[in-house]
Amino acid sequence: MKKLILLFAIMVLSFAFIGCGKDEGEKLYVYNWGEYMDPEVRELFKKETGIEIVYEEFETNEEMYPKIKTNAVQYDLICPSDYMIQKMAGEGLLSEINFDNVPNIKYIDPTLLESSETFDPGNKYSVPYAWGTLGILYNRTMVDGPIDSWGALFDDKYAGNILMIDSVRDAFAVALKYLGYDLNTTSEKELNEAQAILKVQYPLVQAYVVDQVRDKMIGGEAALGVIYSGEAIYTQRENPDLEYVVPKEGSNVWIDSWVIPKNAQNKENAEKFINFLCDPKIALMNFEYITYSTPNTEARNMIEDEAIKNSPIAFPDEETLSRTTAFQYLGEEVEAMYVEKWNDVKSNIE
Amino acid sequence: MVKKIFERFYIGIILLFLYAPILILIGLSFNKSKSRAKWGGFTFHWYKELFKNRDIMNALYTTLIIALLSALIATIIGTAAAIAINSMKKTPRTILMGITNIPMLNADIVTGISLMLIFVALRYTLGFTSVLIAHITFNIPYVILSVMPKLRQLNPHTFEAALDLGATPVYAFFKVILPDIFPGVVSGFFLAFTMSLDDFVITHFTKGPEINTLSTKIYTEVRKGIKPEMYALSTLMFATVLLLLIIINRKGEAKKMPITKI
Amino acid sequence: MNVPLNVKNKSPHKMERDHGLKIGKSNKVKWLSFPYILWMVGFIIIPLLMIFYYGLTDKNKDITLQNITLISDPINQKALILALELALISTVICLLLAYPLSLILSKSKHKSNSFIVLILILPMWMNFLLRTIAWQNILEKTGILNSFLSLLHLPTLNIINTPGAIILGMVYNFLPFMILPIYNVLVKIDKDVINAARDLGANGWQTFCKIIFPLSIPGVISGITMVFVPALTTFVISTILGGSKIVLIGNVIEQQFRLGNWHTGSGLSLVLMIFILFSMAILSKYDKESEGSHIW
Repeated sequence: MKKLILLFAIMVLSFAFIGCGKDEGEKLYVYNWGEYMDPEVRELFKKETGIEIVYEEFETNEEMYPKIKTNAVQYDLICPSDYMIQKMAGEGLLSEINFDNVPNIKYIDPTLLESSETFDPGNKYSVPYAWGTLGILYNRTMVDGPIDSWGALFDDKYAGNILMIDSVRDAFAVALKYLGYDLNTTSEKELNEAQAILKVQYPLVQAYVVDQVRDKMIGGEAALGVIYSGEAIYTQRENPDLEYVVPKEGSNVWIDSWVIPKNAQNKENAEKFINFLCDPKIALMNFEYITYSTPNTEARNMIEDEAIKNSPIAFPDEETLSRTTAFQYLGEEVEAMYVEKWNDVKSNIE
Repeated sequence: MVKKIFERFYIGIILLFLYAPILILIGLSFNKSKSRAKWGGFTFHWYKELFKNRDIMNALYTTLIIALLSALIATIIGTAAAIAINSMKKTPRTILMGITNIPMLNADIVTGISLMLIFVALRYTLGFTSVLIAHITFNIPYVILSVMPKLRQLNPHTFEAALDLGATPVYAFFKVILPDIFPGVVSGFFLAFTMSLDDFVITHFTKGPEINTLSTKIYTEVRKGIKPEMYALSTLMFATVLLLLIIINRKGEAKKMPITKI
Repeated sequence: MNVPLNVKNKSPHKMERDHGLKIGKSNKVKWLSFPYILWMVGFIIIPLLMIFYYGLTDKNKDITLQNITLISDPINQKALILALELALISTVICLLLAYPLSLILSKSKHKSNSFIVLILILPMWMNFLLRTIAWQNILEKTGILNSFLSLLHLPTLNIINTPGAIILGMVYNFLPFMILPIYNVLVKIDKDVINAARDLGANGWQTFCKIIFPLSIPGVISGITMVFVPALTTFVISTILGGSKIVLIGNVIEQQFRLGNWHTGSGLSLVLMIFILFSMAILSKYDKESEGSHIW
């Protein structure tokens, strides 16, 4: 018995010591999406400035929000999505960024800065980090001809082969756009119509997924799926039969931007880091790591792979972009209404 | 004879069922492709990458330390509690055992959230300690429930005898009681360690920034795809414990041999 | 003085005997439980009271029952009923699978009790999320199971994203918790009692019905408890293996807390707790020993 304990303890401690090592110094608390930054970037920042980044990840905007709202944790830099930025700014949770400390903002695509004004008028609180579109990923060999409409996701002939997105705003965006409505609508009548077609779609849906869509499409498990443009590139690499399209009825353009919360302890370090991230070399590193479109025009010029540099998926043209809209925060009541209808759809209540 | 074959077959099926996904994960740890949906060829690449990945290593370190500490502390508190409860009258005993069952009967999401609520209410910053406290909390019941049966099987007279023979209560405890309940204590410790290792929900709600256990790290990776280094790490941990098991079992059998020879 | 050493309590049913250790006349030993009691009050009772507080109040801090009555909402009702159904089915399947296995194991000559136990717990050393995702690899249309079946020219199965897959996931994750308590109780049954029954003319089946099964009931109850409750409250399994098409009460509660609706989340949790307590109360009628689980 005693030998067992000894062996066990040695094993545990040896495992533990492999992962050892903590140091002190200036810090920066960053809260970002999972797998959304090249770890080397953080190392480089530390080498250059001596500031240690304490890095934390979240899965959804809704998971991040209560932590900031209740002041449970103090972060210096967060990367929420468009509508969440609007919500947080509206509630006074964000600090205005001092752009004197972020000269590299000049590299950010002005079109994207303009789009950002939908949720951040005057671009006071945010600096774009990554962006993309919402669209259909489909397997060429499993569908009849090229897909160009959201209608394909509601089509009987693909029953059991459709992967719908498991996210309330995105799912409703699909339905609303297909019906020709604004994806930021607050009209209950329009939402009811969207809810109705989503309910009709339920039996045709193989599964409601967010991240699992990648592996399932790569494996040929389904013919059609809803996906973010950033993921599409990765899936195409793994399975060349896959195509991505932003449907003709229009879609959502999403932007994830850096913001500084009011209760940040290291605001200047945060601004330094934002500036660092806007350096084209660094932006390029991150682009290659996360494969989500970068808003950094100079970084885009530095992309070596021509196919990617000019990829209509990663960098859609004006025409495509013109039919996309960013999400707005619709206020507590309307958002709750969306959620209620969405739960009704997924529960498949008659 | 047929019965024996059937029995062996049944055990085999169940073991296959239990270990099938594990075999898959081990296989994926050697998969060149990052996607679990296709096989890209055999490689050791992820094993090498694993040790270079600071984030995962930190998560591993945190996971093991929390599991070890929480299991240890839970074992001490739990064993003491089990002994005490065992000596109580029926009513206080029933009440305390009822309370002991609460964490196990509650959904882990409720346990996790209730702990988060109280930390927030006390304005206690979430961090390493809050996770540790949470783990100890759900571990203690497992220890108590492991030690109790052994205590019941004890003969209380041996303890009294030791006292009669002049031993102090503490000495008598360590020489008489502890050796007998030791298997229960060890199983309680091991069970607590395992539960702590695999916990996700409770850790998720009670952790602060810079704290990540393997479970929470994996959860953040699900969105962008599980890093194959995780598969490699899981395989290594599994292999280590399996090896330990085999070694212990061999030692156990070796011990029995000399006695039977006579 | 004749002091019996290490006499095991051989009676199959608990005798009311002198419990525990006493030092002299006063029972000072019970103070050993003090740290535990403090801990429990601080980290179990009080947090639970917080859930009660949030469940029975609304955003304006007024007392209300609306969080509780939320369960009558058709969506929540369906989620709860589905969860109950699936958890029940999974528990029964676990019982049916685990009992024969425990019987076989308890009769085996492998003296290593701990070895068997460890083999069953070993899978838990691989992360639960990873193992559940691995089942996708097995159950998908293009998964391993179907590839294997196609090889044998058998029809493929469409298990994934159905309630069947969720049941499979629940059984997979909780089976060891059913096996262990039953096995531990069976192993402690005195062989003499069985032999006595045989001597008196009972055949295998009668011995099982009249002796073995009744004696194993405490273990069965433990097992049911340790499977039914987590199965009832899971949300990960239904998301990954059910394709999010099957919304269980665990999903509803998790969503409420995720969206920051602590009041509704707590209210629904309270309802769930009541259901669980109710089921446990019914079960405890069958368990005369009633002192909790028999994991070991």
